Amino acid sequence: MQQIPKDMFEPASVDLSEAEKISRPSLSFWKDVRLRFRENKLAMFGVILLILIVFMAIFGPMMTKYDYATNDLVNANKPPSSEHWFGTDDLGRDVFTRTWEGARISLFIGLSAALIDLFIGVVWGSISGYRGGRTDEVMMRFADILYGVPYLLLVILLMVVFDQGLGTMIIAMTLTGWINMARIVRGQVMQLKNQEYVMASQTLGANTNRILFKHLIPNSMGQILVTMTLTIPSAIFTEAFLSYLGLGVPAPLASWGTMASDALPALEYYPWRLFFPATFICLTILAFNVVGDGLRDALDPKLRK
Amino acid sequence: MMVKYIGKRVIYMLLSLFLIVSATFLLMRAAPGGPFSGEKKLPPEIIANLNKFYGLDQPWYIQYVDYLKSVSTWDFGPSFKYKGQTVNDLISSGFPVSFMLGMEAILIALAIGVVLGVFSAMKHNKWQDYAAMVIAVLGISVPSFIMATLLQYTLAMKLDLFPVARWESWAHTVLPALALAATPMAFIARLTRSSMLEVLSNDYMRTAKAKGLSRGAIIIRHAIRNAMLPVVSYLGPLTAGILTGSFIIEKIFGIPGLGLHFVTSITNRDYTVIMGVTVFYSILLLASVLLVDILYGLIDPRIKLSGGKKGA
Amino acid sequence: MSRLLEVKNLAVSFKTYGGEVQAIRGVNFHLNKGETLAIVGESGSGKSVTSQTIMRLIPMPPGRIKSGEMLFDGIDLAKKTDKEMEAIRGKDIGMIFQDPMTSLNPTMKVGAQIGEVVIKHSKVSKAEAKKRAVELLTLVGIPFPEQRVNQYPHEFSGGMRQRVVIAMALASNPKLLIADEPTTALDVTIQAQILELMKDIQKKTDTSIIFITHDLGVVANVADRVAVMYAGQIVEMGTVDEVFYDPKHPYTWGLLASMPSLDNEAEEELAAIPGTPPDLTNPPKGDAFAARNPYAMKIDFEQEPPMFKISDTHYAKTWLLHPDAPKVAPPASVQRRLRKVDNVYSTPVLVAKDGE
Repeated sequence: MQQIPKDMFEPASVDLSEAEKISRPSLSFWKDVRLRFRENKLAMFGVILLILIVFMAIFGPMMTKYDYATNDLVNANKPPSSEHWFGTDDLGRDVFTRTWEGARISLFIGLSAALIDLFIGVVWGSISGYRGGRTDEVMMRFADILYGVPYLLLVILLMVVFDQGLGTMIIAMTLTGWINMARIVRGQVMQLKNQEYVMASQTLGANTNRILFKHLIPNSMGQILVTMTLTIPSAIFTEAFLSYLGLGVPAPLASWGTMASDALPALEYYPWRLFFPATFICLTILAFNVVGDGLRDALDPKLRK
Repeated sequence: MMVKYIGKRVIYMLLSLFLIVSATFLLMRAAPGGPFSGEKKLPPEIIANLNKFYGLDQPWYIQYVDYLKSVSTWDFGPSFKYKGQTVNDLISSGFPVSFMLGMEAILIALAIGVVLGVFSAMKHNKWQDYAAMVIAVLGISVPSFIMATLLQYTLAMKLDLFPVARWESWAHTVLPALALAATPMAFIARLTRSSMLEVLSNDYMRTAKAKGLSRGAIIIRHAIRNAMLPVVSYLGPLTAGILTGSFIIEKIFGIPGLGLHFVTSITNRDYTVIMGVTVFYSILLLASVLLVDILYGLIDPRIKLSGGKKGA
Repeated sequence: MSRLLEVKNLAVSFKTYGGEVQAIRGVNFHLNKGETLAIVGESGSGKSVTSQTIMRLIPMPPGRIKSGEMLFDGIDLAKKTDKEMEAIRGKDIGMIFQDPMTSLNPTMKVGAQIGEVVIKHSKVSKAEAKKRAVELLTLVGIPFPEQRVNQYPHEFSGGMRQRVVIAMALASNPKLLIADEPTTALDVTIQAQILELMKDIQKKTDTSIIFITHDLGVVANVADRVAVMYAGQIVEMGTVDEVFYDPKHPYTWGLLASMPSLDNEAEEELAAIPGTPPDLTNPPKGDAFAARNPYAMKIDFEQEPPMFKISDTHYAKTWLLHPDAPKVAPPASVQRRLRKVDNVYSTPVLVAKDGE
């Protein structure tokens, strides 16, 4: 046996409260989400892409001396050059300017549709989820039956019958588009309403509105944000789809969809006319998808490290 | 139980259908230049047909009931633009073509999507996983019609590997089916991957290994079988996506399917065809969603089809 | 008494974002044929990792066997490849996991899941395997086995499901059964039934059992010998009588003192061991239990204590057994339980190589 000095066997002073110390710094919920989001390289790439696109949508048309509507038939169908950075279309209009004007329209459509879906969906879903019982049943049955109506077919029908315009398109898209958001909000509210802080609030006498707005909806924000971020590319897709069917915004207004659709017949000879709007449709949808995915992953408690 | 469930779903289906048919009827009445409006800039034969079918001199509620009756007997009425053609004619000539195209696309999307997803999940967090998922994100971000144009431009026009358009041989079906399948394939790949990852982390995977089963047996009998459930659920929206996607794909590739007829009728404002085909498509979609739900109920033993979950 | 399993100097670590977690830091024990060894400890002590390492179920990255041997019937399992282990898992060693709700495949019939094991290890037909499955269901006490063999897991209650899991583990008559907290997720009454079942089966089939639990009451019920684990090491090991009636390690005292008992005085507070187990990415210097040990001495913070042998079968890893250590009295509730145990050495013997 090794020699150990006898004084080593004296009792040590042990501070048992030391044992209860928490060693990891605690993070607030949103800080944690932000950190995790930032680590996702693909999602950050998407954010940068979006910032660039929005920047160009705002400032792009101002960068050239052309405007989106002026015809210049002499210079029709010219490939990209120093005069016209993206070339010209069949009426001699500058594609660069039209691309960024189109960006404004496409983004506007996407954002408006998503926001309207958000309002209707959040109100519908939170009331349905919070009330529960009969109210919930009725509200969701209605939504289910409405959901059974094929989305695109309904939109097409409406666009055919009513005059094509920005307003009509947005209304057509939001008629059944809110249902998805409503379902998600309802799910969240149902999950949260049984938590104890809600019961505490009720005991303190808070009315339904207060509980909804102060507790349930803010705590569902995560899922709401993700859904919204993923609705926008869907709306942009729908707009492009409608344009390809000839149901897009009327000329001379340009959206990416109408520009792409107009460029189709002459694709073999003037490919740049399709290339630019099509590329930006894809990049924008990609960016929103990637950001939405990143948000969803950052909010997922199972992925926390 | 099963019967009760199907019965309930069929009723919902009919309610949705009812909404659609009524909506189309209403919209038709509201359409300027439509069959119900005053302007009769149409050839007399067509006017005669319309009158006969829609009873244009009758009050609107009778017209409505008549319309409902004819739809339920599968008669969608005469074409608004083409003399002597009925909507049913167009459907019977166009649908088989679209059906073939759609089936091809669904098969491609499922086969490649599932394999890609399983492969990705098995190589989780390695470069193959990242590569596959980046491709998948691109797949869902490029709209099918842009993909179609891309394929047509590069593989057909420039490289001359495939025919550019029309529907004459197997080679003609390749590019359109690929274009249609691209987005759903990417979606299925992502879905399969996340489902597999979730399943692989489940306790029963560990139990399977503790029983001494080989890796292959574990993956196939325990993992994939459970991971496929969400993919089966997705078949409903998949059908819808393929169906609507076909509109533009057929237009771009000049394929004489129902989608093309539909698009043409939109451009021509051939209201009756638009209405008839819309109703037809709606029936198709609702029926396929119902079929998929029943299929899912048969595959997942936990689902009791009367609505709740079995056992305790 | 021949030894079925001998674990010598086992060390297992995990590579993680935060560093290398030393889950098991030098563990030695053995299991005799036909006996039940209980491994007790709190969450994070390493008891589950130990059992899963024996079965080689730990994914090897990020896990790693740093050192040691696991001799099963003389064969070192630590050196086996995954493919070689396939022949042993389910056949010679069976395992029962904690949560019966999640350890069965929800989309596969119960009979098929049991039959799989039989088919894999003895190449019989499907019909034969199904017959065996019915036999096993009967063995574990499930009524109407011929019907139930065709049912799915969700059609069984928690206790029934655990019986199915036991049936699956016993399907090929394994020599060793490892039960990792099999009753923790069940109601107390069902718990008792399952324990009875296991004891019954052991009598019938003479299987050796390693029983992992955090519940000392269960230990007293089923075990022949006990090993107490803390922070990846075995701190005390002996027969059930020895560990319950003559415990030597302060951690064991803490565990025993925190068991509520009808003998406790009315005003006595229930003793809880304060604090939490140490972070195994950075195991503390000296005795890992020192920070929570009211009996700690200066040396506990400097050097890891050696293993002392108190009888042929009783070991404890604490400086308190050193000849120079002061004599301390365990907490009151433990003292009340102390009884004379036979064959104790007059002085504890320092063990040069742990465990022998």
